[in-house]
Amino acid sequence: MSLLQIEGLTHFFGGLKAVSDFNLELSAGEVVGLIGPNGAGKTTVFNLITGVYKPSAGHIRFEGQELVGLQSCQIISMGIARTFQTIRLFRDLTVLDNVRLGHFAQARYGIRDALMRSGKFRDEEKRIRDKGMELLEAFNLARYAHTQAKALPYGEQRRLEIARALSSNPRLLLLDEPAAGMNPREIDELLERIAWLKDEFDLTIFLIEHQMRVVMGICEHITVLDFGETIAVGAPREIQTNPRVLEAYLGKEVS
Amino acid sequence: MIIILMQQMLNGLQLGSVYALIALGYTMVYGILRLINFAHGDIFMISCYFGFFAAIAFLSNAIPTWLTFIATMMVSMLLTALVAVLIERVAYKPLRLAPRVSAVITALGIGLFLENFTLATLGPTPRGMPALLPNVNYRLGALSLSSVQILIIIISIVLMILLDRVVQKTMTGMAMRAVSYDKATASVMGVPVDRIISTTFAIGSAVAGAGGVLYSLAYPIINPYMGVRIGWWAFIAAVIGGIGNVRGAMLGAYILAFVEVFTPMVLPSSTYRDFVAFTVLLIVLVVRPTGLMGRVTAQKV
Repeated sequence: MSLLQIEGLTHFFGGLKAVSDFNLELSAGEVVGLIGPNGAGKTTVFNLITGVYKPSAGHIRFEGQELVGLQSCQIISMGIARTFQTIRLFRDLTVLDNVRLGHFAQARYGIRDALMRSGKFRDEEKRIRDKGMELLEAFNLARYAHTQAKALPYGEQRRLEIARALSSNPRLLLLDEPAAGMNPREIDELLERIAWLKDEFDLTIFLIEHQMRVVMGICEHITVLDFGETIAVGAPREIQTNPRVLEAYLGKEVS
Repeated sequence: MIIILMQQMLNGLQLGSVYALIALGYTMVYGILRLINFAHGDIFMISCYFGFFAAIAFLSNAIPTWLTFIATMMVSMLLTALVAVLIERVAYKPLRLAPRVSAVITALGIGLFLENFTLATLGPTPRGMPALLPNVNYRLGALSLSSVQILIIIISIVLMILLDRVVQKTMTGMAMRAVSYDKATASVMGVPVDRIISTTFAIGSAVAGAGGVLYSLAYPIINPYMGVRIGWWAFIAAVIGGIGNVRGAMLGAYILAFVEVFTPMVLPSSTYRDFVAFTVLLIVLVVRPTGLMGRVTAQKV
């Protein structure tokens, strides 16, 4: 069974059709790319999946369960996580707090426990803290644990974004332009990290990217959007030679 | 002179504690919604009435005094929290995407509603809060110190420490800070934003509810308009401390309370206290526009 199934997804902003009849099937363990020129509607698709927008029409099913109509926090707690195109960390919270937050959907105690400092509360807090530290170590960020997020260098902030997304224990990870602003060497690192993530955390990855090296190097399937319409679906090599894609998007880079 | 000064310090501590409990509600709600909840003073007034009726009900049964006191506090805190959450759901939540001015005007309207609703149902006659606890006066040298005074100061400080712990240490507090910083991102990180906002209203008002009972123990006259002046003072306290900042609100509350108790010692009449309080407010805002402990934020354009 497919992990994520999107059928006839359509979204309007006023009269503007941002996404039109978008279809997608993601199987567990895949890495799938979503590409397209600026304004093609890629981030809108992510926003629809994570409940930031409510689609005008269509279905999104995660493990067979309908996501349309659910609130973001419910969708996240079902096992989907995302990063953002521009860094949106909680700048004033510490690095550790940023990754602890992702556990919120899973914390199993109430205010009363917190006030009473009950055993349940302390166990849970400790578990979350330990898991947060583990995650920071895996991302080589542990030494920054008690620094405010805004004090980190750019590359570390991008790493923290991914670590924070993983803190809610997702099975599906949506990456919105993870290579934005990176130089070729950093992109190589990123590619390695994504491959490692996928195995280490048993993830399915759906990513938006502008840099062809990233998409072509890592994705098993690619969907191409242009003005909200799906203009091509296929393996990287097929996409690279698809005349419609070349026309809309790849033209200059390939020729 | 020293004795009078010390005595007034004590009175200032007592009054400041009550102001702090109310100022916390302003500052927490502002922190999370950028909404100045002008109804908060009247929510405080409602809590005094809850305390009053609870006290009457419990006193008519033969239960131990300290139990009566605790039960009264609990009932007032709980009911006040319920009322505040109800107000948030009914009046503020539908306006979350509306211009900020709409929500502020709604808050003013809710305040007027609470005052007039109380006036209409309970009448304008002031009620006298029964003494829940025996008020023993202690003498510390030349200082006089009442048990109620000590109780108010201690309970307030304990509540403030608890609240500070919740905000700084717990997951709920962290979620509050995250929601305060960026609601959209917090939501997509799995934080149940609506629940966190309700929790914030509940905590802020429960604390004001505790303040209501403590206040009416010290100044046992309850009337429908009592929330107006105290609400304003607590609001000014929150602004002086840096609205949105929990510790700032506590600091601002004690500063204002000292202004209030020391003004009559220096100036000819206690009616100058508003003048002095607003002067302090203006000076703080001129020197530090974000308040004493507020952080500088850039306005998003």
